[in-house]
Parts: sequence; structure tokens; C-alpha cells
Amino acid sequence: MRALVDTKGHPVLVWVGLALVGLALVALPFALAGIGTAWVRITNLAILFVFLALGLNIVVGFAGLLDLGYIAFYAVGAYAYALLASPHFGIHLPFWVILPIGAAIACLFGVLLGAPTLKLRGDYLAIVTLGFGEIVRIFLNNLSQPVNITNGPQGVTLIDPLRIGTFSFRDTDTFAGLAFTGPVKYYYFLLVVLLAIIVINLRLQDSRIGRAWEAIREDEVAARAMGINTRNMKLLAFAMGASFGGIAGGMFSAMQGFISPESFILIESIMVLAMVVLGGMGNVWGVIVGALLLSFAPEVLRYTVEPAQQALFGRMLVEPEVIRMLLFGFALVLMMLFRPAGLLPSATRKRELEVRR
Amino acid sequence: MSAPAPAATREPLLAGRGISKRFGGVQALSEVSFEIRAGEIYGLIGPNGAGKTSLFNVLTGIYTPDAGTFTFDGRPLNALKPNEVAQRGIARTFQNIRLFANLPALENVMIGRHVRTRAGVFGAMLRDRRTREEERAIERRAFELLEYVGVASRANDLARHLAYGDQRRLEIARALATDPKLLALDEPAAGMNATETDSLKALLERIRRDGTTILLIEHDMKLVMNVCDRVLVLDYGKKIAEGTAEVVQKDPAVISAYLGGDVALNLKGAA
Repeated sequence: MRALVDTKGHPVLVWVGLALVGLALVALPFALAGIGTAWVRITNLAILFVFLALGLNIVVGFAGLLDLGYIAFYAVGAYAYALLASPHFGIHLPFWVILPIGAAIACLFGVLLGAPTLKLRGDYLAIVTLGFGEIVRIFLNNLSQPVNITNGPQGVTLIDPLRIGTFSFRDTDTFAGLAFTGPVKYYYFLLVVLLAIIVINLRLQDSRIGRAWEAIREDEVAARAMGINTRNMKLLAFAMGASFGGIAGGMFSAMQGFISPESFILIESIMVLAMVVLGGMGNVWGVIVGALLLSFAPEVLRYTVEPAQQALFGRMLVEPEVIRMLLFGFALVLMMLFRPAGLLPSATRKRELEVRR
Repeated sequence: MSAPAPAATREPLLAGRGISKRFGGVQALSEVSFEIRAGEIYGLIGPNGAGKTSLFNVLTGIYTPDAGTFTFDGRPLNALKPNEVAQRGIARTFQNIRLFANLPALENVMIGRHVRTRAGVFGAMLRDRRTREEERAIERRAFELLEYVGVASRANDLARHLAYGDQRRLEIARALATDPKLLALDEPAAGMNATETDSLKALLERIRRDGTTILLIEHDMKLVMNVCDRVLVLDYGKKIAEGTAEVVQKDPAVISAYLGGDVALNLKGAA
């Protein structure tokens, strides 16, 4: 892993820097709450997308397997949480039981998707995974009869928030004179999980398993000749990626309190993939930057496009959503032209892309 | 050239019996049988298209043979996948070098250690003491192997930035990293100049001396005749001769296969 800033010989600088970043992250929700609580929620969702992008990065960035149906695992995790912690079935399990269950079910789905696609690469794999994502969504949409499992398009409501004993993440608590609203509490929880996921990703990348994935990505035939069990390693990549998706889905359920198949449409898969590609496939920090950028940009636009047009033309000419897609497309084209390997590319991935061009 | 005398009486390390493989209308291999003894350098030669690489690919599990069996190290070697073949102790290099071109040389060799190490996902995530020790051992061994083949000075350079001859050596180091009993080399001297070929010869002899048996496909006849204890000659997928270099190069069938007629040939000067 190449350091972002050269701090060789200045270990103190590293700690000072880390402490500053840490302080900023701890203080962030209160600063955001100053602008509006909505921004804390937006930040929380952005962190969920960082989870998703890091999970997909294992599959796409580390192992080099293109997956266009990744959101399916998010959906599986979300529904697992929703069905096990809502009045829908009358089951209310605590979150530390459900989140691992959701991760395990998503992991199983990852293997289910991985197993039949082991021999596929590139375009063909992309199409099968895209189909898989749609199948999961359509099932969620239609599994309301004959037995009502998912409640169909109406979705599941009144999902339990994260709760430890009597401490609920939904209510506002006052502590040391500061008001900790639901979103602020979730923010801290997500921050801790995010830290764990980043560490796991960095460690996975720089390990025997990470090297095996790298070998498969570079040359599958040579990897097998070196004794790497490519089948198991690819399944492992799918399973790991899916588990992260499942955990993110569970937290999404808990935070929103309501989910429906609408949240898991194809464009979401594409957005997560775009985050990975824009940030820089295979580079954990790049992927985080990509996910944050693409999560915040539309929200910033939503709050600036309308007032800007009102001020300029006196009325709204173009919907923010249209502008968002326009800018998004434009940004991707620019990126492909000037930084084809992403904003913060992984050094290896960058070289691979250069060879192929 | 050292004599393989002590190995001669032992059980063969690898035995192929009646190996056949057909691709559409082409009989790439028909009924090829051979035995490689532990500790020898065994040459596999033949004109272009004779089936040498096909035999390699069948042996290493890339293709399944239509008929025939391999016995390796006392146990059958049938219907195994390439990774299982490597696990059993056969490592190979490729005719058209297949390194992990965008990774540093050292990491290429570290990947070769995969099959002899154990750390799994949880080891990688928790980075416990055993994993850290294993990781250090992998790196140490990989560096030793780079030194062994003589490319240690390029350890941190990308594989694709290495000179051609060094890439060949790196591929050998990567194969050795799997701790093979049999090292199968597909034309390691291709594209090398005379000096590089000489030092390759020294390397092959050193590998053999250190206890690894070598199966060598090679077009460089001078190298084959100098380094191989015994040679198998294929032509149109059939075995046409087997024996010591001296015997094989006087064999009329071999001479006719190479020159298409009954011509006296001094293969020693052919390079």
C-alpha cells in the first residue's frame, strides 16, 4: 500500500494527522447538524455506500470479476434484517444476532451467484450478474403470494432500529449537554464499523488470499498452474463481497425503518460500480473517495441547483435530477479520458489498464 | 554431464502410459509412454507440432488425455486440475512466458508459495502471530529463490520490466516456489543468446543437484544434448525414440524426422 502522503521519517506527523482526522470525524455530525439534520442522514447513507463500494471492490478490484448485480446482496441483507426485526412476522431479534445472519445469508447468495459463473469472464460474467440482481429484486417484489414473505412492492415497515438493551439508536439522548439524535448515534456506529471494514480490506489485500486474487486477475491459467485453487478463491471473493453487502443492507434497514424492492434497482448496482471505478479499482482509499463523491454530489446539487436557477432565471428550468445525470455522465467521460484508472488508482490496476489500452 | 546411474534402479518419479490426445482431426499424441527417473534431467524434443507442449498440457492438467495414465511419485495423476497437479508437486513454466506481468518480481515468486502455505481469510483479517510469521517466511523464501536464479537485484521491479532472459529465470523461480518434485520447463532457452543459455544450463544443473527432477522441452539442441540425461523424441504425436543423448542423436528415425530424409546429422553442431 502506497502512502497518500510521504511521511517517512516523520512518525509524529502520521499520528498528528490521524488524530486530526479522527477529531474531525468525531465532530462532523455536530457541524452537519448545524446545517440541518438531513445532512447527518445523508452522511450515514454515504457511509453505507462506502461499505457497499468496498465490498464490491473485493470482487471487482481485487479478484477482477465484473459484478453488475451487487445490489442484490444489499437487498438480501436488508430483507433479512427487516423480516427478523419487524411486526411483519412478529419476530424481533436483536441486531447483533441479525446482522451476522444477514451477512451469512448474503454470503450464501454470493456463493450461489459465484458457483455457476466460475468459468465466465468479463462481458459474459457482467450479464449473468446483472440478471442475478434483477432476479433477486423481482423475487422480492413478488414473494407476497401465495405466502406473504416480503410483502411485495409495499415493502416492510416499522423495522426495529438498532437497540442495545434500552438504548435505542432511534431516540434522542442528551449527554454532557449535547443532543445525540438518532442519525448522530448511527453515524458513530457506522464510523466504527467503517474503520473495521477498512482495516479488513487493507489486510485482505496484503495477504496470501489477496495475492491469490491478484494472480487470478492477472493470469488465471498461470495462477492455476501455480497451484491456486481458482474456483475456491473466486467463490471466496464473491462470498466476502456479498457479506459486506449484507451487513450494509441490514444497517440500511435499521436506519430507514422501511424498505421496499424500489431501493434495490439496477441503477443502484451501477452506481456502486461507478463508485469503485471512479475512485480507482483495487485501491481501498480511492474507492472510499469515489463512494463519498458520488453519494454527496447529488445531494449538494439538490440544494444548489434550484436556488441557482431561481436566482439566474427567476424560475426552475431544469430539474436537479436531470442535471445530476448530465453532470454524472460528463464526469465519467472526463474520467475515462484523463484518469482511466480512477481518481486514486491502485498502482497495479493502473498498469494493467495501460497495457490494455 | 553427470551420469544418472544411482537413479536408474529406482522407481520412476513420473511414468506416462499410452497417453493419447486428439484435437478434432489432429492426433496430437498417440500412445506415448515414458518414464522419468528421480534426479534426472529428461529432455523432450521433436520438430514443431510434434506434440511436446500438448504432452505438457496433458501432464499438468490443462487438458484431459483421451487415453492413458500418469503415475507420479507412486500415485496416479489422473483427471486432476492444474492446481491439484501443482499441489502434488509438478510445477511448470510456459513457452510464451506467463508471469504476473504487472506485479513486482518478488510478488510473483510469493504467489508461487501459495500452495505450500495456509493462511486463510480469518488469518488475513486478524493477522495473528502465525499468519505474520508465515507471511515473513513467504517473503524470505521468495527472496532466496530470486537470489537462487540470479534476479534478486530486480526484486522490486515489475515482472514485465525485466529483460527477457530474466523473465525466464523469474518464471523458474516462481515454479520452484511451489516446492516441486518435478520441474517442467517449456522451452526455457527460447530467445536467449549463447551466454544466457550457458548460465541457464548451469542453473538447470544446480536445480537438479539440489534434488529437483527436470522435464525439459527445448529446441536448442546443443543445450539438450549437453544437459539432458535422457531424451524422448516425439514426431506427429508418436514416440520415435527414447534414450541417452548420444543414442538418440544417431537414431535414423530421429534424423529423418528432423531433416525429412536419411541424412547423417551431427546434432551437436545444430545449435
